[in-house]
Amino acid sequence: MKYQPVIGLEVHVQLLTDTKIFCGCSTKFGAEPNSQTCPVCLGLPGALPVLNKKVVEFAIKAGLSTNCSITPRSIFARKNYFYPDLPKGYQISQFEDPICQHGWLDIAVDGEQLKRIGITRIHMEEDAGKLVHGELSGPGDGSGVDLNRACTPLLEVVSEPDLRSSDEAVAYLKQLHQIVTWLGICDGNMEEGSFRCDANVSVMPVGSEVLGTRAEIKNVNSFKFVKQAIEYEIGRQIDLIEDGGTVVQETRLFDPNSGKTRSMRSKEEAHDYRYFPDPDLVPLVISEKWIEKSRRELPELPEQRQHRFMKELELPAYDAEVLTSNRSLADYFEAGVAAGGNAKSVGNWIMGEITRALNETGTVIEECPVTPEQLAALLALIDDGTISGKIAKTVFDEMWRSGKTPHTIITEQGLVQVSDSGAIEGLIDEIMAASAGQVAEYRNGKDKMFGFFVGQVMKASKGKANPAVVNELLLSKLKG
Amino acid sequence: MNIFDMTIHELHTALKGKQISSVEATSAMLKRIEAVEPNVGSFITVTSEQALAAAEQADQLIAQGECDLLTGIPLAIKDIFLTKGVRTTCGSRILHNFIPPYSATSWEKLRDRGAVLLGKLNQDEFAMGSSNESSAYGITRNPWDTTCIPGGSSGGSAAAVAARQAIATLGTDTGGSIRQPASHCGCVGLKPTYGRVSRYGVIAYASSLDQVGPLTRDVADCAVMLGALAGHDPKDSTSVDTPVPDYSATLSQGVKGLRIGLPKEYFIDGLDPDVQKAMDAAIDTYRRLGAEFVDISLPHTDYAVATYYLIATAEASSNLARYDGVRFGHRAEADGLLEMYTKSRSEGFGSEVKRRIMLGTYALSSGYYDAYYLKAQKVRTMIMNDFIKAFASVDVILTPVAPTPAFKIGEKINDPLQMYLSDIFTIPVNLAGTCAMSLPAGFSASGLPIGLQLIGKPFDEESILRAGYAFEQATDWHTRKAAI
Repeated sequence: MKYQPVIGLEVHVQLLTDTKIFCGCSTKFGAEPNSQTCPVCLGLPGALPVLNKKVVEFAIKAGLSTNCSITPRSIFARKNYFYPDLPKGYQISQFEDPICQHGWLDIAVDGEQLKRIGITRIHMEEDAGKLVHGELSGPGDGSGVDLNRACTPLLEVVSEPDLRSSDEAVAYLKQLHQIVTWLGICDGNMEEGSFRCDANVSVMPVGSEVLGTRAEIKNVNSFKFVKQAIEYEIGRQIDLIEDGGTVVQETRLFDPNSGKTRSMRSKEEAHDYRYFPDPDLVPLVISEKWIEKSRRELPELPEQRQHRFMKELELPAYDAEVLTSNRSLADYFEAGVAAGGNAKSVGNWIMGEITRALNETGTVIEECPVTPEQLAALLALIDDGTISGKIAKTVFDEMWRSGKTPHTIITEQGLVQVSDSGAIEGLIDEIMAASAGQVAEYRNGKDKMFGFFVGQVMKASKGKANPAVVNELLLSKLKG
Repeated sequence: MNIFDMTIHELHTALKGKQISSVEATSAMLKRIEAVEPNVGSFITVTSEQALAAAEQADQLIAQGECDLLTGIPLAIKDIFLTKGVRTTCGSRILHNFIPPYSATSWEKLRDRGAVLLGKLNQDEFAMGSSNESSAYGITRNPWDTTCIPGGSSGGSAAAVAARQAIATLGTDTGGSIRQPASHCGCVGLKPTYGRVSRYGVIAYASSLDQVGPLTRDVADCAVMLGALAGHDPKDSTSVDTPVPDYSATLSQGVKGLRIGLPKEYFIDGLDPDVQKAMDAAIDTYRRLGAEFVDISLPHTDYAVATYYLIATAEASSNLARYDGVRFGHRAEADGLLEMYTKSRSEGFGSEVKRRIMLGTYALSSGYYDAYYLKAQKVRTMIMNDFIKAFASVDVILTPVAPTPAFKIGEKINDPLQMYLSDIFTIPVNLAGTCAMSLPAGFSASGLPIGLQLIGKPFDEESILRAGYAFEQATDWHTRKAAI
């Protein structure tokens, strides 16, 4: 029998606010344990949460960018369970009436037609703290609790079970990742857990309309692991059914070392979270005016920008896609074009030399030592024939190294292209005189020898001779 | 006149006129506490040293001519208010060792105006109770008859005022916890409108019902205290940002033409005859003063107690989850996490608290939520609407505070349902979120105080204070003193 996988993703997006969602503590990563805490995020008796407005603004932006409707009156709820990293014994989240609902993203897999993936909801919630095992000083082998992360703002983005393969899941996840980083609301760091994913996976016979029993897979923290985990889980479930077994509803943990998933807790062991509206927080009322203001403040999104690059700047689809893969790269490209660079050339240089140099030095585009204006200046020097494309690469390396302008570099190093026919003729005459044998061979019909002469002239000019002029003069001289 | 018998107003005048220093007043109170505490048990913690230091500071301010109405006034507060550096137990063993790193906004407001803290007052554990018998720190006795309960859960706050161990006190009221003990101990107790006073730093019992309020000797003091406490707190999202009127300014405007509602559901057959008599006398007094009476109905009153015990316990079950032995409070010796949780909580919580946690957990459980919690919320809305309708035709509502005067210690402790019913007339006010005050209105045949409840429109504390003040001017119940 053939099986159809059905996949839905729940993505936790850690928001880039300076302070926590319900108190004024810093959200900075990596501080001394429990140094970024206060009565509120420690869950001390009597402490009360106060909502951080920035979190709401970020949530609205995420919602508008994923075609969600913004709920005019949304409420916070308590999700009750005991765990040492959860200071209050409940997590403040949203249950009924989340801030964003009924959205979608269009994804493409391998250039196939776009497919629309529904987004059920996006809700705001606080993160828990962190347990530290076996690193405590003092007697015993106890565990410690670090509550710096407690109360850090998260968005949970829940998709519809519209995904049908691991590739679709990865495409959806990548697009969501691109949007939240593009909006500047999340740093997108999957290793540090700023963008993490749980996958709900089930399989059903092809053609069936009844969904199979699903397993929820936790801890899939890279695009690669998402693909691995989903594929393993699909295989596991199919094997199970084929062997006459049944899939049970459970939570499973992905092990990145083995590439397998294993059971964490069954449905019977699942918590009854006893959700109820948090009486410490008043309903969040979002006016139409607020939504419109957010809409106006939204940056041009990657998809829109890609189409504009194709339409207005006449970039090929591939170039437009690569150049909009992140917002800073697209900004860099546009700054280069604005400084007078030809769009196609600026794009080629970014995708070529700049990407190479960034990768080699482990630099991000935001810290690129060559500014877009300097890049445009360099390209202008090629276009007006001041330097050759080949010399330009040398100049670029020097710009990267020293931060000097292209003009300074070519002046200091005498790299200006020689197009003066008199000077080039002189070089050609000298070479022909010194290579009488080769001249004779060429004239006897050995056309291949032409390359030899070009090489000699370029060598004699230290690469500065204008190749077009060299070709023209050589042809006429060699003919005799 | 004994210093400890004074009102805020009287002591303020004496302090300002430099007849008495705050240190003298504070010492007198501390002596009084020492003398009567063995018979009353109002306090969990007496902060003598800090009190005297604060009094000295107050005296310096007074010497500089800065004498606010509360400067140098010795007060005591329920042990539910967090006090930085001073142990705060909430009447529970689970917090026997808890020394808070911050203070409640309400206490800070009083302290910032120069008030002196005498100590932390006894209460029912986590404010769950109507008799102060559920405290882990011993019972509190009614100063009028020490074989009786003082009421609860702010029993210590009421007893301390009645026994003249503090000039005024702070309590909290979730279902009547200020008004019922005030009634039983013969003092004035006000539950402000929900959102009027910050809850920040007040240990939560039922967050949507809890409200902070004063217990005082008379209505004028109550107005002063409310003025000091009221106002928006950016740390409490449920505190409301509306202007705070000068409550003292309108006190003496009288009740001529004031429309007072008498809800038929509150004047029931089972009402204690002494309570009925006191209510009849109060109605006569108000008539003489020119108030008009209107018969009204609050038809959903019967459902209030059941509704309250679903909503309050549901919220409590979640609010009390943080007492897990991990970060503060009592932690039992245990092998492993689960045992640490269960042993810490089993040892730390008393039986009434456990009962309510279980009730609330059940009401919120999957499959029961709609039938219990959600339905209770719907009934709560109906009860609110009862009041909105009633207030369309009346300015204040007059009812008894409790169906009986104070009962005997031990009388209802093993009968939770009977205990719960002692709050039958106070609970609807919390569910509706509006304000109400208890004030002395007579005595039973056996000499126990009986309280009168005035219920006001939301954020209209002025009207009930004004009506209470007029009553006080026409009667002398509030001047009677317990012979302790």
